[in-house]
Amino acid sequence: MSWTLVIVLALGAYAFKVTGLVILGGRSLPAVVERCLALIPAAVVTALIVKDTFTTGQDLVLDARAAGIAVAVVAAWRKAPADVVIVLGAAVTALLRQV
Amino acid sequence: MVVACLTLSGAVGVFGFSFGVGSVAAGASVWQTCALSLFVFTGASQFSAMSVIGAGGSLGSALGGALLLAARNGVYGLAMSRRLDGSLGRRLLAAQLTIDETTAMAVAQPNRREQQIAFWLTGFALYTFWNVGTLIGALTGSAIDPRTFGLDAAFPAGFVAMVWPLLTDRRARLAAVIGGVVFLATVSFLPIGVPILLSVVGVLVGVQRPVPPPVGAKVSRP
Repeated sequence: MSWTLVIVLALGAYAFKVTGLVILGGRSLPAVVERCLALIPAAVVTALIVKDTFTTGQDLVLDARAAGIAVAVVAAWRKAPADVVIVLGAAVTALLRQV
Repeated sequence: MVVACLTLSGAVGVFGFSFGVGSVAAGASVWQTCALSLFVFTGASQFSAMSVIGAGGSLGSALGGALLLAARNGVYGLAMSRRLDGSLGRRLLAAQLTIDETTAMAVAQPNRREQQIAFWLTGFALYTFWNVGTLIGALTGSAIDPRTFGLDAAFPAGFVAMVWPLLTDRRARLAAVIGGVVFLATVSFLPIGVPILLSVVGVLVGVQRPVPPPVGAKVSRP
């Protein structure tokens, strides 16, 4: 993997943080922009869940990960803390691969 | 506040560990993995970038998705700038620590003084645990086959833990469904990583003004 990713992502991520905290400061963005920005994680992270659970490259696949993530979703729904959700997801996936 | 901060730190340590394992599995070196956690320091973006790289996506699409996720820290910065005092140097340092958890801990405090204490305390604790977790994960990931321990499922499980608390809001749920459906509809024919970029159309749910509940209506929250 190239260092370009590391450097550009570090600069880009810091630029967003500094823009909000130091450059724009106490001013506020138009409400519609703030509402849309706030929804980015819901949309993009859900797509990432689908990607890492059901795909390998460009192919849709159904394997042990799906069961692990199903258990992780149930744990999150039952308000389990984040570390428990991660450990359960990984453990169920690993166990299913043993059988 | 201290107890909440320590509980959060433990969880972040586990997150950092799973990032470390997944990042080396996706092809980054231990140094690159640690550099990401030290200098990017915003979990969702780091996970997203390495998830796309690991699947064989291009540098551009990996960066695009990660930067979209980093944009929200700008909004947190706006919220924190009204609450933090101090010189420019201090604010530039505070900027690096401005992420979901530190902002949430700070704004939950009743007054300005406690908001500042919560921000710095959470910031330094999480920065430490995130980076130590990443290092241990990266070293572990280089030594074992992550698939044997189900650690390839740690990325999506981490994403589940990240996204779940956001879904209490109806619009966030709709944005999430749109994001997931757009990804599924495009994954088989678009270059790897691009469907993740496209999933951002889910945020257009936010264009519509939220409907305020009628006066006197019973507000029920799950």
